[in-house]
Amino acid sequence: MRTIRIGAGQGFYGDSILPALETAARGNVQYLCFDSLAELTLAILQKDRQRDPSLGYAADIGRQMKELLPIAKANGIRVITNAGGMNPAGAAREVARIAKELGLGGLKLAVVAGDDVYADIDALREQGASLAHLEDGREIADIRDRIVFANAYLGAKPIVEALRAGADVVITGRTTDSALFLAPYIYEFSIRPKDWHRLAQGVLMGHLLECSGQAAGGNFSGSWQAVEELERIGFPIAEVSEDGAFILTKTEGTGGLVSVDTVKEQLLYEIHDPFAYVTPDVVLNVTEVQLEAVGGNRVRVTGARGKKRPDTLKIVMGYTDGWLGQAIWGYSWPDALAKAQAAGRIIRKQIERTGLMADEIRTDYIGYNSLHGPLAAPPAEELNEVYVRIAVRTKSSAEAAKLGRLVPPLMLSGPPAMGAFLGMMKPRELLGMWSCLVPRGLIEVKVQVTVVEV
Amino acid sequence: MQLRHIVQARSGDKGNTINISLFAPSDHLFEVLVREVTVERVKAHFTGLIYGEVVRYLIPHLRAMNFVCKEALSGGGSATLRMDNLGKCYASNLMRLEIEIGDDRG
Repeated sequence: MRTIRIGAGQGFYGDSILPALETAARGNVQYLCFDSLAELTLAILQKDRQRDPSLGYAADIGRQMKELLPIAKANGIRVITNAGGMNPAGAAREVARIAKELGLGGLKLAVVAGDDVYADIDALREQGASLAHLEDGREIADIRDRIVFANAYLGAKPIVEALRAGADVVITGRTTDSALFLAPYIYEFSIRPKDWHRLAQGVLMGHLLECSGQAAGGNFSGSWQAVEELERIGFPIAEVSEDGAFILTKTEGTGGLVSVDTVKEQLLYEIHDPFAYVTPDVVLNVTEVQLEAVGGNRVRVTGARGKKRPDTLKIVMGYTDGWLGQAIWGYSWPDALAKAQAAGRIIRKQIERTGLMADEIRTDYIGYNSLHGPLAAPPAEELNEVYVRIAVRTKSSAEAAKLGRLVPPLMLSGPPAMGAFLGMMKPRELLGMWSCLVPRGLIEVKVQVTVVEV
Repeated sequence: MQLRHIVQARSGDKGNTINISLFAPSDHLFEVLVREVTVERVKAHFTGLIYGEVVRYLIPHLRAMNFVCKEALSGGGSATLRMDNLGKCYASNLMRLEIEIGDDRG
């Protein structure tokens, strides 16, 4: 049975490009798919776009493509990426520029757009979509005037269309992460729209690939010490056949580990109901999935079950939600924790005395409880050093900035042996996320695929 | 015995909700987890960290369980003051939970 090999190029905006270059050069893949977008990423890209309307895409795409495109071209690899973020057309312009610079004539570049529904929010409401919050049922009216972006999660269909049109590089905005990987499977084997079980296998494959290193020994909670050479980790590759069964593996000679245990951890990552993981392409049931070791760094994955896709698409909106001000500084042994706690109390009192208007104040002791919160066990021995971190949520940037100014005087007028004041950290705007569902018919009419030759 | 000595676990975020998946190394230990790591115990363990509903899903043949916990990130990744803003450490946080292994294999 014919198989195709699809590689993971990236798991988030900021991931290393080296494993993708390794896969492109030696991984024997026909497709390399890059997932640049987390929920948080759209918030970051939105801020870029606000500053400069020509931005709003993952800014590292130019640097990456410069290195990747020559290898991809030489090895006949097609590249699919959602690095377009809030501005896929802008990202495409950048890639076109790079392609010309590299002298890669005849490169076909596709842009998938139409996920951005910011301008349509009120029209969607008028057409009957409630836009109530998916998690807690809040009414959209609560935040309507604070929304800064709104994007629908598109499925694989427009990417498949781009591949059919011969695109060498496909750039999308917000699609589901798994759709990037599902699309080449659908395209290569002409998987029919209602072939739910096969589509489910394709989504599962995408789900295992989309977080790059996480299915290949990265962030592994099992015997993580035994995972070798994470500094040259190989990102996962799926070898998928027409029936949807696939082998998860990685390029030979790379670091990391693809085993039943590492794959298993990724299987449920960010999945809620394992009987019904909802995507625009199919509703996936992973409860009967079989994982079988079939050689070194090779795991065979079968048994995903699919049900009819939903009639709705998910939209995620970002809305302004105040400002974060924070300051971090440290104390040395002896009595490091006690000194840090005393400093924490002093700053809290000063926040009150100076009338800094904070909606929320949070104190963490780094080295003690900043990641475990109330679960942290009191240290059995004296800690060598402890950092205080104070964070406030305020209504304005100016208010948040006041926090940093309270800290420097502690150097001479606080508990002894204060070191490493990390400066007055610039206030950061906070964005709340708003997920809701809308009938897909209201969104998909405006999805567009444009292919140009550069 | 603390969970850390027995299980594999990973956590991730979606909005203000996180999930923690746990994997047992044997059928016997999976049964122990099912008995010991209940919704009530997880909710109690995370007092002061997780404020919303906790739901547990079981996948016996993978010896896996998945906890979905709402209102866990003080507003979500880009809105929270938490240092672990994406809940990546929640799986480790759960590893402190003490469970009774017993010797019910006979």
